[in-house]
Amino acid sequence: MNEHTVKAFDADIVQLRGLISQMGGLAEEAIAESLQALQRSDLARAEQIRAADKAIDAIAAQVEQLAVQIIALRAPMAVDLREVVAALKIASVVERIGDYAKNIAKRVPLIDGEHRIEPVSILPAMGRMAADMVRGALDAFAARDIQAAMRVRESDVALDDFYDSIFRTLVTFMVENPKTITQVAHLLFVAKNLERIGDHATNVAEMVYFAATGTRMAERDRGNREGEATWRA
Amino acid sequence: MIASPSPTATMPPPKMTARDVCVAYGDKTAIDHVSIDIEQDRVIAFIGPSGCGKSTFLRTLNRMNDTIASARVAGDIRLDGQDIYAPEMDVVQLRARVGMVFQKPNPFPKSIYENVAYGPRIHGLARGKAELEATVERSLTRAGLWNEVKDRLSDSGTALSGGQQQRLCIARAIAVDPEVILMDEPCSALDPIATAKIEELIHELRGRYAIAIVTHNMQQAARVSQRTAFFHLGTLVEYGATSDIFTNPRQERTKDYITGRYG
Repeated sequence: MNEHTVKAFDADIVQLRGLISQMGGLAEEAIAESLQALQRSDLARAEQIRAADKAIDAIAAQVEQLAVQIIALRAPMAVDLREVVAALKIASVVERIGDYAKNIAKRVPLIDGEHRIEPVSILPAMGRMAADMVRGALDAFAARDIQAAMRVRESDVALDDFYDSIFRTLVTFMVENPKTITQVAHLLFVAKNLERIGDHATNVAEMVYFAATGTRMAERDRGNREGEATWRA
Repeated sequence: MIASPSPTATMPPPKMTARDVCVAYGDKTAIDHVSIDIEQDRVIAFIGPSGCGKSTFLRTLNRMNDTIASARVAGDIRLDGQDIYAPEMDVVQLRARVGMVFQKPNPFPKSIYENVAYGPRIHGLARGKAELEATVERSLTRAGLWNEVKDRLSDSGTALSGGQQQRLCIARAIAVDPEVILMDEPCSALDPIATAKIEELIHELRGRYAIAIVTHNMQQAARVSQRTAFFHLGTLVEYGATSDIFTNPRQERTKDYITGRYG
């Protein structure tokens, strides 16, 4: 994109995009870390993740402040306006993703480390998939790449399938061994959180598409998820 | 190339139509095949960098370019379907129907009352003193100036503030009951408060007249108009709903201009 005649405008936009990338990186890290902490029952690390979430929240507040400042002082138009609006929305979505990771970390001390059930070991794979979507959506934002944004949305279908299969497995555990119910209930929330992270990454991808094109991603391209989502409320 | 808003069945015919309008000053082309509709009850803003032809185009709509010896106008411009460049068109009559407000307020060096009464009097629009007085009051009221000047109508028009002078010029333009009002940067010599008053006035006048405004202030175009036309190098680059032009322009040149990336 050409530079603005007023160079300080470009500097503001660069700073805004930098903040989004930074908080996206932190959120992505928090997802991976929370699942490692879960798998290893690492209480210290779980505590660190909860503290690190404050950094994400602080950047979200900075994005909000800078976006309002740009709107007030630069009166952005067209693609610039869409980009600032997208940055505002993306910041609140990424902040939410951070909250889900923090919520996973909060469950680490609640899950009995001695008698952990087998599905705990496949949750990190689901976590990687969710974190990849978050990274993909934020890379798409950084590169203004609508093809990459579309791919993120497509991969949400796979993440949903992953969630469905884990859900079934966990229900089976509860049926077969009621002693696992407390642990499994927590794991169900963990899986659900990861599934929601995928939805949020998809929202980010949709904002990237909107910022770049000025139109919303077509509904028909979102995949027919509603009809088959019998497990998800 | 020109994406004019698609007419719907319920929309009245445009107040003015311009088709393939070309203007040249000597051998220099200023406007190159511009076609556009001026719709009733709507404000259309002409935007573009200096020298893009927007003011020249505006001035073809009431034949102000006739006063420039080297200017030649080609193409077809109609007011209610009537060719305004036809030999039988009375130019004085045309300019009463298509009024104009200029960048710099230019009241006559006469009283406030005379500034407004002059037009209706020479056009024979008022019978008797009482009717003329009513016309002056109505015009000043519509221009949002009546309450400020009603007790000093015999003061000179040039004694008013810049913003008041501009509203006086608007009152003068609407006193002859025009159908279209052309405004050529009406606020560029005014402070923000006077500008806001003119913008509010444009909103109020919209239901009564078709209005075309040339402005360098894109925020102003965004605020006052429903349609925006972007001119560049004498051509009409893009024309559409103001909300679309400022959020999602289709043409690269429009985008660069309104986002401040031009040149």
